[in-house]
Amino acid sequence: MSDLRTPLSKVRGLGSAKDGTGHFWLQRVSALANVFLISFFVIFIITMQGADYASFVEAVKNPFTSIMLLAVVLVSCFHMKLGMQVIIEDYIHSEFTKVLAIIGNIFFSSFVALAAVVAIIKISLGA
Amino acid sequence: MANTKLRANRPLSPHLQVYRMIITMAMSIIQRITGAGLYFGSVLVVFWLVAAAAGPESYDFAMDLFGSLIGRFILFCYTWALVHHMLGGLRHFIWDCGYGLSKQAGTWLAKATIIGSVSLTVILWIIGYAVA
Repeated sequence: MSDLRTPLSKVRGLGSAKDGTGHFWLQRVSALANVFLISFFVIFIITMQGADYASFVEAVKNPFTSIMLLAVVLVSCFHMKLGMQVIIEDYIHSEFTKVLAIIGNIFFSSFVALAAVVAIIKISLGA
Repeated sequence: MANTKLRANRPLSPHLQVYRMIITMAMSIIQRITGAGLYFGSVLVVFWLVAAAAGPESYDFAMDLFGSLIGRFILFCYTWALVHHMLGGLRHFIWDCGYGLSKQAGTWLAKATIIGSVSLTVILWIIGYAVA
């Protein structure tokens, strides 16, 4: 027998991390999206620097801008959740601490995304 | 716990500390460090957006903070981390497509990443000050 892998594990194709290539693929897709989104974000910041409150609100109220800002926040937070998970898995070897850190990572990334989304929607709807 | 002791006595294979640091190694770890920096730096973006959502006073407060000398310095570092992480990511896309994997190409890409990220950051800030 030259191959120790079970037929079931071959069919599942999830490898030793039991997670397949899903994480890798999503990391790359969100990275590609971020190339465009972060470019937009940097240009937006440059045009918005030193802007007073009224002109900032005016800019965010533009539907294109608010949609893009929401995309920036959501894709970035998703990407950073994936990235931090890899860092945690690489450096934390105690199973309990690792699971806690991975949960904390999800909480942090979700909270950052949620806070930013609420802020953008609130500004764009003019509340 | 006998298992733990056995593990502790195992001979270790040479790791990072025995190798001379070369530019591709440096770019590899910097990609991770900038990523972690941007992770925690996302709090700054949220602070800015929430301050704006809360009203004109808090927006002005946030803008004053970001406009201060320390604020600008942090934002400059943030810009560099962002640009560097993006260029590093593009480098990974090149590798994913199967190109640039030779020793020479890897070193060239590593140099291009750091030179590109520093120059692009400076250019972005020059543009920023020019349009202000």
